[in-house]
Amino acid sequence: MNGKTYTALKNNSSPAGLKEIPMLDYETFSERITGSLKDEARHCTAYYGAMISGKLTLICCIADDRNSTIEVFAYEVAEGAGLRSLTPGFPQLHIFEREIHENFGVKFEGHPWLKSVRYPHNRADNRQIMDNYPFYSIDSEELHEVGVGPVHAGVIEPGHFRFICNGEKVLHLEIHLGYQHRGIEDLFISKNNALQRCILSESIAGDTAVGHALAHSQLIESLAGIEVCEALQIERCIALELERLAIHIGDTAALCGDVAYQPGQVVCEALRTKVINTTQLWCGNRFGKGLVRPGGSNYQLSRAVAEEILKLTDDIEKRFGEITNSIYSSPSVLGRFDEIGTVTHSQGLTIGTVGPSARMCGIPRDIRKTHPFQYFRNYPVEPVVLEAGDVLARGMLRNLEAKESMRIIRELIAIWSDKEQPVTKPVYDYRLKPDSFSLSLVEGWRGEIFHSAITDSLGKIVHYKIKDPSMHNWMALALAVRNQEISDFPVCNKSFSLSYCGYDL
Amino acid sequence: MLKEIKSLAHHGKQFVPDLRTQSVSPLFRGRPSIAGDIIAHDIKAAAAICPSGAIDSNTGSIDLGRCVFCRECEFLNPGKIKFTNDYRIASNTRNALIIKPGDNNPLRLDKTAIRKEVRRLFKGSLKLRQVSAAGDNSCEMELGASGNVNFDMGRYGIEFVASPRHADGIVITGPVSENMARALELTWEAVPEPKIIILAGTDAISGGIFGESPALDRRFIATHHIDLYVPGNPAHPLTFINGVIDMLGIK
Repeated sequence: MNGKTYTALKNNSSPAGLKEIPMLDYETFSERITGSLKDEARHCTAYYGAMISGKLTLICCIADDRNSTIEVFAYEVAEGAGLRSLTPGFPQLHIFEREIHENFGVKFEGHPWLKSVRYPHNRADNRQIMDNYPFYSIDSEELHEVGVGPVHAGVIEPGHFRFICNGEKVLHLEIHLGYQHRGIEDLFISKNNALQRCILSESIAGDTAVGHALAHSQLIESLAGIEVCEALQIERCIALELERLAIHIGDTAALCGDVAYQPGQVVCEALRTKVINTTQLWCGNRFGKGLVRPGGSNYQLSRAVAEEILKLTDDIEKRFGEITNSIYSSPSVLGRFDEIGTVTHSQGLTIGTVGPSARMCGIPRDIRKTHPFQYFRNYPVEPVVLEAGDVLARGMLRNLEAKESMRIIRELIAIWSDKEQPVTKPVYDYRLKPDSFSLSLVEGWRGEIFHSAITDSLGKIVHYKIKDPSMHNWMALALAVRNQEISDFPVCNKSFSLSYCGYDL
Repeated sequence: MLKEIKSLAHHGKQFVPDLRTQSVSPLFRGRPSIAGDIIAHDIKAAAAICPSGAIDSNTGSIDLGRCVFCRECEFLNPGKIKFTNDYRIASNTRNALIIKPGDNNPLRLDKTAIRKEVRRLFKGSLKLRQVSAAGDNSCEMELGASGNVNFDMGRYGIEFVASPRHADGIVITGPVSENMARALELTWEAVPEPKIIILAGTDAISGGIFGESPALDRRFIATHHIDLYVPGNPAHPLTFINGVIDMLGIK
């Protein structure tokens, strides 16, 4: 193979021509992946199959955190070919190979766990059905299995958890998802309409409406060659941090609820309400639906709203600080959080975890810093990184990140005040660059959100890929509960707070 | 202990005293008001931009069961279409969700269509089982918030319970994926009679933006009596609680 083995893209910048993406043979393709992943500063941000001109093409995107580039390269699958699985050497690829297998029937030889990801409606093999998912089981008189879900005891999304336990101790947890599958990626193509795509992007995971809508808008702006002004870029960063703040506070409430620490629960619930009501004051929706659109905004930040946001951060800072001091010094809480559900640094690297799930075990992955987007290109963010990898670390990380978000919001508003300028209205009649590939990354509250699209010779989107950070991170939960009491599962689950619909798509 | 007491003192009283008259952001997207004199040209344009087919291109009516509350029709026709912040938009009949031009009346339940046993049995206590059937987790979070310290629907004896066996009915969110259809059916079967069905959010009522997706299976919705429709994207806690207490006849 001569010449380049990858094309390097920057987040939030121009697309690549489809022809610029090197089409490698599988040997070179796999060497490119395995060679890259030996380096801790690189991880696989997305790896998926796309039908391009009737041919199945595997596209791999490796994020290099050191020089803020994403290396993209491809392999065209020969009809009926079996491919050597790369998962045994690099388990972080397991979920991507499974997805390609399920969607297109590609056999990955040597994959240890080639099971369904989500039972999509257009899967390659329709004989595979949800009701006979092949759970791992052990034939033993001493061990028993516990099945939970898909409908859970709380008001949450559906998924099935199958535990193998020795008495109260969990030996193994298998997480079987797919119940939430809505066929959303295909809808991005079949609904050839800009506004419909915006609404879809806000519904990928409604708890991350701002994060996913921003990933989508960035992608469209990249393909359409639209530049947005600095004022709007700052507004988007503020909206994203408000979303992070609200969720981190809300999850702190949920964590307290799980260990029956009632003051922490009620105070944090009320504080979260204040944050999302401020988002509602800004755009009319508590989750920020409608706030982020390609090319402009229907809800330009006003001085009055900015004032309210500043007042909010002052109030929350004081009261959240006060209650988190109580939470994290209460022996009854610490007894349930400390050294519970530990994921080690090396496990985190092995499974390729991202976002807070990575930062709680010493892996400094944060797209705001490593592949900056919007105004974070001018305003550097230093990620909060903890080492312990247990429930306490995940709780503390939320606590510290929430406080960091408030600081960022205040500073961004100060910068914004000097740059205030009329923001344009959203652009819905965009024309996308033909025969192109583009990608977009955003650090949502769960971690890196990845969107990418491929256009045909007329500039029509023919492939759309979404990766919610939960795609990487569910495995972290499965590892966390090993050798824990099964009664610690709820608090482990809440501490990760992963997305079902973002994963099921 | 002293620290906790101090936190709770600063916490103060957070509950919304009157859930029927609570004021929300003027930008909140609730019941739309469409001018009686809106012209055919404007109706056509609004219907064309609507992402979920909620606007009838002939009559100009907006179906709140399909509307995703994006407000784009209002941006296109300022002065002719206006989303008010009236959050009391739940209804017990599907037809009442269709708002016609010139219709500015608040949405209220059709008392004659409420099953007698619903008020007789559940007025003092209503336990609900929530089933998320491909919901995007915003409606689920709003239903969770309905019982929090702010909205506190528990004051009316309404709460979510862990098991369908303990429930008087189910609240469905999401457009109902094929992959959740069986679990939804099983949950419903596990609820003892008499029982009710509430649909929360536009996705549950019509499929919303996912309406045409081949990954859905909405037969359950089509073949069961629905006791309450709660529109929204997501359904706001105030919309949900007001709908439920109106259904139960709580003053």
